[in-house]
Amino acid sequence: MKLFRVFFGILAMSLFIACSSSDPDPADPNEDYIPTPKPLTVPPIFDRLLPPPTVPSDNPQTVEGVALGRKLFFDPILSGDGTQACASCHQPANSFTDTDRFSIGIDGLEGTRNSMPIFNTAWNTKNKFFWDGRAFSLEDQALEPVENPIEMHNTWENAVASLQSHASYPELFNKAFGTSNISRDLIAKAIAQFERTLISGNSPFDKYLLGEGNLTPQELNGFQIFMDESRGDCFHCHGNENSPLWTDNIFHNNGLDAIITDKGLGNVTGDPNDDGLFKSPSLRNLAYTAPYMHDGRFATLDEVINHYSEGLVYSRTIDPLMKAVSRGGVHLTESDKADLKAFLLSLSDPSFINNPDFQDPN
Amino acid sequence: MKKIVFLLAIAFAAIGCSNDDDGNNTPVTAAVSFKFTQNWGVNDITPSNYTTGVYENAAGNYVSINRLRYLISRIELHKADGTTVSFDGYQLIDLADAGSLTFNPSESVATGDYTGISFIYGFNEEDNVNGAYPDLNAADWNWPTMLGGGYHFMQMDGNFDDSNGTSQPYNFHNGTARVSEGVFEQNFISFDFDQNFTISGDVTIEIAMDISEWYKNPLTWDLNDRSVNLMMNYLAQKDMQRNGATVFSIGDITQ
Repeated sequence: MKLFRVFFGILAMSLFIACSSSDPDPADPNEDYIPTPKPLTVPPIFDRLLPPPTVPSDNPQTVEGVALGRKLFFDPILSGDGTQACASCHQPANSFTDTDRFSIGIDGLEGTRNSMPIFNTAWNTKNKFFWDGRAFSLEDQALEPVENPIEMHNTWENAVASLQSHASYPELFNKAFGTSNISRDLIAKAIAQFERTLISGNSPFDKYLLGEGNLTPQELNGFQIFMDESRGDCFHCHGNENSPLWTDNIFHNNGLDAIITDKGLGNVTGDPNDDGLFKSPSLRNLAYTAPYMHDGRFATLDEVINHYSEGLVYSRTIDPLMKAVSRGGVHLTESDKADLKAFLLSLSDPSFINNPDFQDPN
Repeated sequence: MKKIVFLLAIAFAAIGCSNDDDGNNTPVTAAVSFKFTQNWGVNDITPSNYTTGVYENAAGNYVSINRLRYLISRIELHKADGTTVSFDGYQLIDLADAGSLTFNPSESVATGDYTGISFIYGFNEEDNVNGAYPDLNAADWNWPTMLGGGYHFMQMDGNFDDSNGTSQPYNFHNGTARVSEGVFEQNFISFDFDQNFTISGDVTIEIAMDISEWYKNPLTWDLNDRSVNLMMNYLAQKDMQRNGATVFSIGDITQ
């Protein structure tokens, strides 16, 4: 009997050692697991002129994390009824926005803001996301649409449960983060990793700056109008040849309305001086991102140019850079408008929207 | 044997005491930081209040400020022994970003007596290189190449009540002056303050900007006459430089 107890004890201990050493529970975070690093690919023009991309230290870019984030981005599993993915309103062909003025959520409800394009987020120097800057990191931004009742209208509890019971997601999380125990924070991290890879820096204008391509005389004249303080004066908010993000990442009231109904940044800060301020969008990829403005009110680029030329209206918080508001705008000639438009379109990057790494993997 | 042990003990005690009780606790080096403050005459202008005040300039314009950014470079401290401590880097001060109001150089300085502080408002010709600074590029701080390139030195935007009492915008932007097509003139300002002070420990030096000086000394600047489209206006750029000469002063030196 005594011998049997000893034998049983040894057997139990052996089993315990065997299990604990070579068959860990994948739900337990494996602190020693290191997924495969995957640094961001920085375009040459960015490498020359901009600081390195910003990647949070607690969410490094990895092969497995990006692959998981890409799969999640295109998978409707995160939505309340399994019909809507991030990519439903952020489509690759449209530089990761859509063609609607206001996107429609799973319940058929319409939003109040135009879906923002997604690219070059690792150079969002102010780290404020959304039109009104209410999210302070890409990871924070990724958390919101899932629970938004006019978007994916789910709960994170349900979304996590759906992924946890899925045949392949637990293993993909294990590969990306060393645990199969899925959480909303890990979901947001994976999506953010994929979104950071969405880098656009290969437009005709970029090639021109690199000495690898030519622009037409019309495009070049349009650039001069863009940079001329007395004509376009676009550069104070939208970059220049040495600031190739083509946005200042700052918030402005650009003279759209006399009466402000959407407070934008003012809703976030509570400061009345911020009422009606919205983030300057990048001018890259305008060929694919219509309609324009935070509320998508302009269907065409011509309408946008006409706004700054003749359509400015005064409100208390209008940015002083809208200096010609008393005359309705800067009053460009029709020729100047056409040239400016030609230049703006030279900032669009077909290789970005067609990049196979950015398409639906599912 | 006891004597030897006793002597050794005394010797160790003496050595130990001499390291930290030599009657002089002044460290050899100290960290220095620069604090940038702004005022309009007697009114302090801070990140928390700069968009709310209305100020009267020397021409009688009632002025509000929406945005204020400016660049300071080549800060130096001049020692009593005739040597100079130069700090690498530059600082883009932005009242929308409270953290930008402090510049912490990586270099430490020797303690001792100093006789002066100097710096450059903007960039001098050697430093004002088109596109050379990635952080300033990302901040969209560039000055158009057609106007000489490089970087803005200051961007002050806001509104004023014109002679009819109507609110009008102003864009008081300063940088390289364009003389004519392809001809440019440097427009930075060198400040060199004689100031005797002693650094005995970590020190903070205040560099103060009196914004009202941009509008009054020596030229009374009436925004009714010149408020926008000033970047390509050679005379406006040079007048800003002239008025800028009295804008900065050295404030408190605390340690």
